[in-house]
Amino acid sequence: MVCEMETDQTEEMDIEVLSSMWPEDVGTQADNNQFNVEKPAGDSDTLKEVDIAEKRTMADLKRLPELMNTTDQGTSQLTNLVKQWEYMQDHAVKLLREELKILTKQREEAEAKELKIIEEHNFESQEPENVPVLDDTSHLFRRYKHKKRDALIGSKRVEIDEEFDTVAYWKQKALSLEKMLEASTERERRLIEKLNESLKTMESHSAPVEELTQNLKRAEGFLHFILQNAPIVMGHQDKDLRYLFIYNKFPTLREQDILGKTDVEIFHGGGVKESEYFKREVLEKGKASKREITFETELFGSKTFLIYVEPVYNKAREKIGINYMGMEVTDQVRKREKMAKLREDNAVRKAMESELNKTIHITEETMRAKQMLATMSHEIRSPLSGVVGMAEILSTTKLDKEQRQLLTVMMSSGDLVLQLINDILDLSKVESGVMRLEATKFRPREVVKHVLQTAAASLKKDLTLEGNITDEVPIEVVGDVLRIRQILTNLISNAIKFTHEGKVGIKLKVISEPSFASGMELNADAEEQNGLTETETSVWIRCDVYDTGIGIPGKFKNKTQAKLLDLLLLPEHVQPNRKVRFSVKKALPCLFKKYMQASADHARKYGGTGLGLAICKQLVELMGGQLTVTSQVNAGSTFTFILPYKVATSDDHSDDQDFSDMVDHHQPEPDDTTEGYFQFKPLLGSIYSNGGPVIGNNNFLPHKVMLTSPLKLINGFVADPSNNTGQSETTQVENNGYMDETCSGPCPSKETESCSSSQASSEGGPLEMESELTVSSRREDETTETSKQPKILLVEDNKINIMVAKSMMKQLGYTFDIANNGVEAINAIKDSSYDLVLMDVCMPVLDGLKATRLIRSYEESGNWDAAIEAGVDIKISENEQACVHSTNRLPIIAMTANTLAESSEECYANGMDSFISKPVTLQKLKECLRQYLH
Amino acid sequence: MELVQMQKSLQDYTKSLFLDGVLDSQFLQLQQLQDESNPDFVSQVVTLFFQDSDRILNDLSLSLDQQVVDFKKVDPHVHQLKGSSSSIGAQRVKNACVVFRNFCEQQNVEGCHRCLQQVKKEYYLVKNRLETLFKLEQQIVASGGMIPAMELGF
Repeated sequence: MVCEMETDQTEEMDIEVLSSMWPEDVGTQADNNQFNVEKPAGDSDTLKEVDIAEKRTMADLKRLPELMNTTDQGTSQLTNLVKQWEYMQDHAVKLLREELKILTKQREEAEAKELKIIEEHNFESQEPENVPVLDDTSHLFRRYKHKKRDALIGSKRVEIDEEFDTVAYWKQKALSLEKMLEASTERERRLIEKLNESLKTMESHSAPVEELTQNLKRAEGFLHFILQNAPIVMGHQDKDLRYLFIYNKFPTLREQDILGKTDVEIFHGGGVKESEYFKREVLEKGKASKREITFETELFGSKTFLIYVEPVYNKAREKIGINYMGMEVTDQVRKREKMAKLREDNAVRKAMESELNKTIHITEETMRAKQMLATMSHEIRSPLSGVVGMAEILSTTKLDKEQRQLLTVMMSSGDLVLQLINDILDLSKVESGVMRLEATKFRPREVVKHVLQTAAASLKKDLTLEGNITDEVPIEVVGDVLRIRQILTNLISNAIKFTHEGKVGIKLKVISEPSFASGMELNADAEEQNGLTETETSVWIRCDVYDTGIGIPGKFKNKTQAKLLDLLLLPEHVQPNRKVRFSVKKALPCLFKKYMQASADHARKYGGTGLGLAICKQLVELMGGQLTVTSQVNAGSTFTFILPYKVATSDDHSDDQDFSDMVDHHQPEPDDTTEGYFQFKPLLGSIYSNGGPVIGNNNFLPHKVMLTSPLKLINGFVADPSNNTGQSETTQVENNGYMDETCSGPCPSKETESCSSSQASSEGGPLEMESELTVSSRREDETTETSKQPKILLVEDNKINIMVAKSMMKQLGYTFDIANNGVEAINAIKDSSYDLVLMDVCMPVLDGLKATRLIRSYEESGNWDAAIEAGVDIKISENEQACVHSTNRLPIIAMTANTLAESSEECYANGMDSFISKPVTLQKLKECLRQYLH
Repeated sequence: MELVQMQKSLQDYTKSLFLDGVLDSQFLQLQQLQDESNPDFVSQVVTLFFQDSDRILNDLSLSLDQQVVDFKKVDPHVHQLKGSSSSIGAQRVKNACVVFRNFCEQQNVEGCHRCLQQVKKEYYLVKNRLETLFKLEQQIVASGGMIPAMELGF
């Protein structure tokens, strides 16, 4: 860490100018004397110009020299200086000697010349030339003369033009010799002068003290120059740690405050003791070392110093004290700490970030997985519908017994998968918030009765189904009846599935507003979605679905998820007929989770997707209620859901599409609407026992709806002996137990109660609730049929598609109007009231999406302004009031080719309620109409 | 018996159409929709399909032969043809149309030409086959026989 710090810090420190370690407001003199560091300072001459503040040094002058003399460090400086001086003296002596040598040589030369001159002179006067007598001597003399001449090398010969031995000759010779003598004398004089001069300079150089002083001054000046502004304090302390010398002390301290005193005596506060100990330690160990100490003193506040301490020895290698040097590093330390903190923060943040990223990633993955599941489910649903539909069609053909059995298995498996996929789609709809709740009036008693009836129809066990509704439950309430029915059906089929004997029932009663709902936003939302206004009175109804079944163990026996595949591979009819082992642990908390079943054994034995309860819970919560369960193993379970409803004003039934038929139906029997108890018992072994309309039977205690399964089905129709014209019609199978009025065409026997029940679907686990029962009472239909025929509008530009759709509708028992594009559709909707619109998406003039938007805008605003604005040619007809006749939401089903441009999301986004993928098949159409026309 | 033979060959022929992918299950839907009240439903729809498609293909050829191809005109035609073929179960025509639309989207004239040829080829194939099918059916009806229910064992 420290290493890193340093590298990091150097960068910053390079840039910034070091400040003095002492505060600037103290010791202003020193500040005044600060010189410009930028000046070149290599030459000693420039140093002289620098005004050096010498006040910074403080020394015990008496003891310092002593110190200098006793320690190696002290003497080395002096020795150095002495050596330097000696060297210079030696140098000067050498120079003088050389000069002396030169002079001596010159003198010798001069003497030699003089001698020669004298000799020559003598010869001329005393010895005449050509004396034969003195042959020998003259010979000798001549030799000498030659010798002399040789000796005079380098000296100029006297040039004499005159004839030898004449007077003129001698005169001339004498003259020239005199000249030479003169020059020689002159030279001698000059040399002497030079000698004197150099003697003088030698004298000036020979003041050693002055020179030493100069050197010392220079050295000190140099040190000052460097150290003056450095945030450094230096000093020497003796072995008692008393200051003998200090440089750059704190400005307010005076000499007597420091010298001869220890740190502890000078300062008080944090760090002082520490530094004292440190110095002592160094002194004892005899090893130089560094340490960072933070001082917290009254004198200069909080400052951190990097302190270097080294022991000082005398010549006898005895410790006599310490030298110490301190550099203020407060800023650096602060920066370093800040940096460390930053680094730490950074690391923490990074960790958090990666954690977050991980979470985001997981969330995204989950979302993607969910989306994919939904998309896949949707993609699977269409072809699967095809398969199941084809299988259904196949079942209407001639088949032998074995083939029929195989087909039955095939259909039940297909239906199971279809149910599962629908469940998944429902779930993802709720989860993604796409699901919208409808607000319709309905009669709770009837709903309960129908659910029980439907369940009874497919009952294979000896169970009693009962419904009990207390008197204070309103006759009519407002809510999303489809969803409520879905929940009830689900819970009932669940109860039946896990009950082998005894009874299964629904209990309804009014309760006061539960605590969880008060002030709950969800509730408000739900009400809003239900389209309920604040002024209406609301009522909370508690619905118990109870059974005397196997109960729910507290916990999973083993934490198993009933896997989808498991279920698909293990259809109910091949399951081993083994006893259910009850687990003792708790399973309740997991019950409402997706794909969770109480145990793997349960899943195998009872089948089901494990999605049903999860959907129920979500739906109940979506409507602002609560779903709970209590259970006792082997004694039974009770699922309870509490929901808020608005109380409907009972005078207006006109827009109750779902139940207006019921109202009509029950008008002759007013008892039925307020009736509070129903019971259904299966009559095993008999196909039909009661030909009359079930609901209309006043003999309700015990009420008999004698439908058992399996029914004997031939080509999907109930053979009715009274209907032998061969014109029996298929009443397509509906699961909600609604009165089915899809019958079209001539129906010769109105007494027919045609029941088409797929045996196969009644076998598959969750399909029990899907079991189909249609009880059509033609007696009532006779009068209401024409008026009750739903009005459907098909918006489609492709003639062939229209033709095919028409034929399908006909077979399903519907007729419809046709619009060829969006504009025609809008005009059609403006002029008459439709119950359902099937809308192609891609059309000329005005496409389905835009048309839907405009229709929705009309529903909201009550006028067609948006459409007119969009350039749609609206024909304002005479029956203007038709425009106002319905502001109910018109179900619009998109028909898409499933291309990218026509995605389901876009359909929903533009206000469509659902969609059928093209090509439209009978099955898809039937499903859709079933969902939206009842 | 001749009638039985004819019925058998009709079944085989129909089956081959499904096996070749010329038709898909949507065609079965059409047959399902044909009943006593509307005995000629399938041939009516198919005839309408032929008329419609002949016109569309003609228009398409003209549009694509223009110097500057207006894809805004071409695409709706292809869409129409795709919808129609999909509705009667002419699977291979429909598939060719899907490819065709992709090229339209890319404004690829070259690709569109190729696709048009492909669509035409598939169209004439299905037309040919269906006409044969109807002929067979007529023969059976003329001989006083029943059109056998579709074998779904393919």
